[in-house]
Amino acid sequence: MANSPVTTSEDSSGLMAKAIKEGLFAGLLALGMFLLYVGIETYQNIDNKLVWRTRWGLLAIFVIASAVGRFLVVGFIRPHIDQRKLANAKAGIPEVSDHKSFFQTHFLKIALVALVLYPPMAVMLNGVQGSLKFVDNFGIQILIYVMLAWGLNVVVGLAGLLDLGYVAFYAVGAYSYALLSDQFGLSFWILLPLAGILAAFWGIILGFPVLRLRGDYLAIVTLAFGEIIRLVLMNWTEVTGGTAGISGIAKASVFGIYSFDVGASNNFAKAFGLPMSSAYYKIFLFYVILGLCMLTAYVTMKLRRMPIGRAWEALREDEIACRSLGIDTVKTKLTAFAIGAMFGGFAGSFFAARQGFVSPESFVFLESAVILAVVVLGGMGSLIGIAVAAIVMVGGTELLREMEFLKHVFGDDFTPELYRMLIFGLAMVVVMLFKPRGFVGSREPTAFLKERKAVSGSFTKEGHG
Amino acid sequence: MTSGTQTMNQDTILNVEHLSMRFGGLMAINDLSFQVKRGDITALIGPNGAGKTTVFNCITGFYKPTMGMITMSQRGGDKFLLERLSDFDITKQAKVARTFQNIRLFGGLTVLENLLVAQHNKLMKASGYTVMGLLGLGSYKREAEAAIETARQWLERADLIDRADDPAGDLSYGAQRRLEIARAMCTGPELLCLDEPAAGLNPKESLALNVLLNGIRDETGTSILLIEHDMSVVMEISDHVVVLEYGQKICDGTPDHVKNDPKVIAAYLGVEDDEVEEIIHEELDGSAQ
Amino acid sequence: MEYFIQQLLNGLTLGSIYGLVAIGYTMVYGIIGMINFAHGDIFMLGGFAALIVFLILTTFVAGVPVALALLVMLVVAMLVTSLWNWTIERVAYRPLRGSFRLAPLITAIGMSIVLQNFIQVTQGPRNKPIPPLVDDVFHFGDVTVSLKQILIVLVTSVLLFVFWYIVNKTPLGRAQRATEQDRKMAALLGVDVDRTISITFIMGAALAAVAGSMYLMYYGVASFADGFIPGVKAFTAAVLGGIGSLPGAVLGGLLIGLIESLWSAYFSIAYKDVATFAILAFVLIFKPTGILGRPEVEKV
Repeated sequence: MANSPVTTSEDSSGLMAKAIKEGLFAGLLALGMFLLYVGIETYQNIDNKLVWRTRWGLLAIFVIASAVGRFLVVGFIRPHIDQRKLANAKAGIPEVSDHKSFFQTHFLKIALVALVLYPPMAVMLNGVQGSLKFVDNFGIQILIYVMLAWGLNVVVGLAGLLDLGYVAFYAVGAYSYALLSDQFGLSFWILLPLAGILAAFWGIILGFPVLRLRGDYLAIVTLAFGEIIRLVLMNWTEVTGGTAGISGIAKASVFGIYSFDVGASNNFAKAFGLPMSSAYYKIFLFYVILGLCMLTAYVTMKLRRMPIGRAWEALREDEIACRSLGIDTVKTKLTAFAIGAMFGGFAGSFFAARQGFVSPESFVFLESAVILAVVVLGGMGSLIGIAVAAIVMVGGTELLREMEFLKHVFGDDFTPELYRMLIFGLAMVVVMLFKPRGFVGSREPTAFLKERKAVSGSFTKEGHG
Repeated sequence: MTSGTQTMNQDTILNVEHLSMRFGGLMAINDLSFQVKRGDITALIGPNGAGKTTVFNCITGFYKPTMGMITMSQRGGDKFLLERLSDFDITKQAKVARTFQNIRLFGGLTVLENLLVAQHNKLMKASGYTVMGLLGLGSYKREAEAAIETARQWLERADLIDRADDPAGDLSYGAQRRLEIARAMCTGPELLCLDEPAAGLNPKESLALNVLLNGIRDETGTSILLIEHDMSVVMEISDHVVVLEYGQKICDGTPDHVKNDPKVIAAYLGVEDDEVEEIIHEELDGSAQ
Repeated sequence: MEYFIQQLLNGLTLGSIYGLVAIGYTMVYGIIGMINFAHGDIFMLGGFAALIVFLILTTFVAGVPVALALLVMLVVAMLVTSLWNWTIERVAYRPLRGSFRLAPLITAIGMSIVLQNFIQVTQGPRNKPIPPLVDDVFHFGDVTVSLKQILIVLVTSVLLFVFWYIVNKTPLGRAQRATEQDRKMAALLGVDVDRTISITFIMGAALAAVAGSMYLMYYGVASFADGFIPGVKAFTAAVLGGIGSLPGAVLGGLLIGLIESLWSAYFSIAYKDVATFAILAFVLIFKPTGILGRPEVEKV
C-alpha cells in the first residue's frame, strides 16, 4: 500500500506485480479484520445461552472481494485516473470548470416547478393511496432534512460554527408543538412560529456561554447540550412522557378552514366529496414543508446579501479581522445560532404535526450527525448542493427500504433496511474522499461590480469557532 | 478627564501615557508615553522584539494593558479611553482601524465583499438591524448602494478596481496589503494603525503604498500610526517617529532627528552599551567644542 | 461512609475504563487535531472481539485457566482492533489530511455509523450476555471489592506506565511528540510522519480494545450500540483533563467515572449522564483548556 504515485514510465508488468502484491495484502488484512466478526456468528440458543457458529463462506467472500477490489484499484482504476488527469493537464483543462449549463443557472426554478408538480404526479401514477409512499416517505422525509440542513447551514456553512447538537432545537420545536397543542389546544399555525421563536430563544440561551469557545470545543459543548436536552426529555416523565413520548398530537389544518381529523365536520375529504384517505393530509403536509423550505431558502439568500450575512461569512473566514472592523462577533454568532435554531424549531413542530407522536428516540446524536453530514456533503453554504446531498443521502437510503427485489437475489432473510445506515455511513466516507468540499465547493459572491464570479472552494475557509 | 489631559492639546489625536504590558514575567512594554498628532503620519520603529506590535494590540484592544492610559480624541471633541473599550468598540465607536502584520483578509470573499464587511455597522443601522432590510423597508437599499460606491472609490485609490470581483485570497501579496488598508479605511476611521504595511513588498509596490498612504492623509485627513522596519519608507513618509527598544521609548522626534540619534543608531546596529556611551560622549564633546 | 467508599471504588473502576479510551482520543487529537468519532466504536469492536474469543475458548478448551483466557482475549482484541483502526486511518482519514478541516470529521462520523451497523448486521442487534469470568469478591467491612475491579484498575495502571514510558522515553514517543508540535518540521527532520500517525492510531486502538474487554468483563454484556455513550464520555474525559495531555486523559477519565457513580448514588441515576455533560459544558466554558491542558494563546 505504498503511497507513491504511479508514474507513466512504470511498465505494466511492474504495475501488475504491485497490484497483485497489494491485492494479497488487502486480502490478508481483510482476513484479520473480518475473521472474528464475519467468520464467526454469535447468537442465543433456545436456552438463551450465547453460542457461535462459523460462516466461512461469507468470510471468504469478504476477503476475496477486498483482495480483488484492491487489485483492481491499484492495477487498473488508479492508473486510469492518473492518466486522465495527466491528459487533462496537458490539454490545459482545469480540474474545476466554472462553466454553467442552462440547467445549473435555472436549477432553482426547475426544481421548484418539479416539486410543486410532484404530489399530483404521484397521485396520477399510483392512485391516491399509492401516492402515500412517494409523498410521505420520499417527499416529506427528504424535505424535512433539506430544511434542517439549510437551517444548520446558517450556523455551520455561513458562520463557520461547528454545531454537533443541532437536533436539540429540532426537539425543542417538536416538543413545543406537542405540549402546547396538547395543553392549550392551540393550532399548528399559531404554534409553528411560536416553536420557531422558542427554539431561537433556546439557541440564544445555549449559545451565549459557549460562543466564546473555539473550534472543536464548541463542537463538543454543542454535542453535550444536545444530549442534555434529549436526556431531560427522556427522564422528565411528568411533562414529556419520558421514553414513551407524547402521542395523539393534533394534526395541522388548512389554516383552520379544513381539518384532517376523521370525525371533524369540516373534514377535507368530506368537504370535497373525496374518499377518505390519509393521503390528503400527507399531500397537504408536503406543500407545508415545501413552503417552509422555500421560506428558509428565501431568508437565507436574503440574509447573505445583508450586513449580518456578510458578517457571518467574514466570521467564518477570520474572526480577529472581523473584530478589527468593528463587528461584535459574539452578537453575530448569536444571531447565526438563533436563526439556525429557529429553522430547526419550525422543522420540529412540523415533524410533530406530521408524526402525531414525538419521543426522545427521534432526537439522538445520529440525527445531528446526519444533518451535519448533509451540510458538509452538499458543500458548506451552498443551498443547492445541500438539497442535492439530502436527496442523495436521505432519498437514497429511503430507497433501500423499497428494494424488495433484492430478496430474490440474496434470499428471503435479506432485509435491505438493515443495511440502510451501513450504506449511509459508507456513502458519507466515500463522498468525502472524492469531494472533500462537498458537491458544490464554490461560493456565490453576495455583491459584484462587473460580473458575478463563483469563488473557488480552495479560497474559502471552514471557520474555527 | 484625568491628569493626562493637560499635556494634550487640540492637535493630539492619540495620547499614550505610562503604558505597560506584562506577559507573565516579561515586561513587553515598560512605561511608554507618546502622542500622535492629528493629520500626521507617525511611525513606530524599533528592532525586532521591541514591543511595537504589542503597543498596537493595546491600542486596538486586542490586549488589555497592565497599566497606563490610551486616550483617543475625535475631531468632534469626543474622547475615548481605549483601554476600557473592547476591541470591536475601538473601531466602531472610537474610530481607530488597524491592519495586521500577517495580512488578515477574508480570503474566500471577493475584494468588494471585503470592503462591504468593513462597512458593517453603518449598514446594520441602515437595515434596521436586519429586520427592516429583510422586509424591504427603510433606507437599506440606498445605503447598500452607497456602500458599494464607497468601496469602489477605495478600490480605485488602491488600484484594485479590476480585481473587485475576484476572491481576496487570489490577490498578489502587495495587492493584499493595499486591500487590507482600503478595508480598514472603509470603517471610516480617524486614526489608522498599520502594522508593517511595507513588509515583503517589492520597490514598485512599496512606492504605490507610499502614494496610497500620503493620499489617505492628505485627502481624508485620517491620521496614521504605522509600525515599520523599512527605514526608507519611514523616513520618506512619516512626519514623526517614535523609537522603541526593549519596550521603552528611546527617541521621539522628526525623522531627521531620529536618524541622527546615537541611541537609535546603536539600537539598530546592535552596538554594545559602553560603545553607545562612547558615541554619546563623542557627540557631547563635539557639540561642546 | 462505607457506602461512599464503595461508590468511590465503583467510580474508580469505571473511570479507569474511560481513561483508557480517552487516551486514544487525546493522542489522535494531539497528533492530527481531529476528533476521532469512530474511536468509541473501536472500543465496542474490542469488546466484541473479546466476547467472540471468549466463546471460542470456552467451547474448545474446558476449564481453561481464567488468567490465560483473559490474556488471550486481550491480546486478540488488541490485534484485531489495531488492524481496524490502522485500516480506517489509511482509508478514511489519511487521504483527507491537510484538506478541509470538517472532511475528516465527517468521515469519522461516517466510520462510526459504519462500524456500529457492521456489527449490528454481522452479529445481530440483541445484547450479548456472557457468564461472569471472574466472580471472586473480597469483603472489607461493608465494602465489597470484586476481583474484576482490582483487575481493571491493575491492568489500567500497568498499561499507563507502559504508555508513559513509550511516549516519554522512546524514540517512537519522541517522534510522536515532534509530530504533534510541528508536523512539517518533524518530517523535515527525518521523522516518518505517516508511520508515526499510524502507530498512534494502533496504540489508541489497542488501549480501546483493552478497555472494551474490561467493559465486557465488568458488565458481562456487549451490544453494537455500546460504543457511543462510553465514547462520548471518554471524549468528555479527554477534554476535561485537557485534550492532548496523556495524564489529563486518565485524570479526566477517573473524574468522569467518580462523578458518574457518586451522582448515581446520591442524586439520581436517571440524570447521571446529564451531570457528566453539564460538567463538561461548565469546564469548557470556564476553563476551555481542561485541567492539565496547555493554554492556547490567541495570536493576533
